[in-house]
Amino acid sequence: MPQNLSHKIPLIDIRHLTVGYDENIILTDVSLTIHNSDFIGVIGPNGGGKTTLLKAILGLLKPFRGEVIFHDCMTEGNHHRIGYLPQINNIDRKFPISVSEVVHSGLMSINRIIKKYPKKDLEFAGQLMAQMGIYEIRNKAIGELSGGQIQRALLCRALVNQPKLLVLDEPNTYVDNRFEKELYEKLRKLNEEIAILLVSHDLGTISTYVKSIACVNHSLHYHPGNKITPELMEAYECPIQIITHGNIPHTVLHQHEQ
Amino acid sequence: MSLLAMSFFRNALLASLLASITCGIIGTYIVSRRIVFISGGITHASFGGIGMGYYMGFDPILGAVLFGIFSALGIEFFTKKADLREDSAIAMLWALGMALGIIFIFLTPGYAPNLMSYLFGNILTVSLADLIFLTILTLVIATFFILFYRMILFISFDEEYALTNNTPVRLFNMILICLVSLTIVLNIRVVGIILVMSLLTIPQAISNLFTRHFHKMIFFSMFFGFVGSLAGLIFSYVYDIPSGAAIIFALVLMYGIVKIFFVIRKAIAN
Repeated sequence: MPQNLSHKIPLIDIRHLTVGYDENIILTDVSLTIHNSDFIGVIGPNGGGKTTLLKAILGLLKPFRGEVIFHDCMTEGNHHRIGYLPQINNIDRKFPISVSEVVHSGLMSINRIIKKYPKKDLEFAGQLMAQMGIYEIRNKAIGELSGGQIQRALLCRALVNQPKLLVLDEPNTYVDNRFEKELYEKLRKLNEEIAILLVSHDLGTISTYVKSIACVNHSLHYHPGNKITPELMEAYECPIQIITHGNIPHTVLHQHEQ
Repeated sequence: MSLLAMSFFRNALLASLLASITCGIIGTYIVSRRIVFISGGITHASFGGIGMGYYMGFDPILGAVLFGIFSALGIEFFTKKADLREDSAIAMLWALGMALGIIFIFLTPGYAPNLMSYLFGNILTVSLADLIFLTILTLVIATFFILFYRMILFISFDEEYALTNNTPVRLFNMILICLVSLTIVLNIRVVGIILVMSLLTIPQAISNLFTRHFHKMIFFSMFFGFVGSLAGLIFSYVYDIPSGAAIIFALVLMYGIVKIFFVIRKAIAN
């Protein structure tokens, strides 16, 4: 369905969220509203709480304080309409499971534990796999695939339930350049219909594709544009030398020179 | 065949069939999910229950069931709540169960009959009661895995994603770990505490050479488990050696033969 993109509809409100693991607070007093047409890049130093923020949104971590509010359009049955692409190293690549089983697992919900999946959902899963170029290998075990092919399967799993928000945790690790470019083009296309929250180390990509930036470093600073400059980073208390630590600093210079 | 005419041998055959089915399914689950070490902990912890059975005068297998299930749930509890490292928690339960078993048996006056058969198994002495319990367990496990196959596969592959879909992950984990415990304990009669883990892992290792699909691994494992048990039974009968050890030996031998076959085939293909 075509949407009027100029009209922003809020999907999720994060209000004064404080969250972490056990007794360790990772994020303090974070507020952010995600709208239907957003493409938010989440950046920040390692251990700064990027993944923690995702887990709080996905309901995997309970807030210590504050809340994550889902607007009505985000809820279907008893689950939220979020698709999630985890970091690929969370996946056991030797697990005996086929590509189509991985994709179909995205269709699981509490009232489908025994019931067969509806035919139209399975057809949609097939279409998605065809679009991502993994339909031919749908019966192969994931252990036989390349990193890029596994990412495609995981992306299909994230999309098969027709989410309103797609959450990606560093999708560009361990994939070849060709797939990376394809992935970002795909995301740009998807963003015409759904919101995207993308965690990435790759500042160059972030500022090419995203519409706004959230800098996460124990707190969150939202920047409604996609230009990354050292001045901006400093203004938002995001020490740039830490952000680029261990990664490719030249992407930052590249942006600066433009 | 004169062997088949003997009722103890017919029982042994039926026991190997049931053991192969239960271990084929549960073994594939624990191997895929990488909880072999947890299962080892449960196995050895159940020895405490066997000792308790001797000491208090009830069926040792009943004690093993209790200890098996409590240790399974205990491992879940300690790693989630008590902030103890999972492998350390398992090692503690592992040793504690064995220690309790030894203490109980030491305190039991007189001789502990069949103790060796709990440690090393004796498929030739399985009773009718053992067979009935194994049959019920087989039916329960098979039904559970057929009904909830997708859900089990889903949780095992990516528990975190299953949680984001708001599915009852904790409940399934509990039921599954209880089924693991029951499978281990009831198969103790067949191959014994020391050897039961191999019945849950070697057929899967052989199957993994042929397939990387969960459901196929289950069926292949049942097949190899049964062939191994049968071969072991015959070894044990012909050479008059303990059946549990003979079965494990047959399984490892089978793994070796299949592996060599694959290595040679690969060498020829290159």
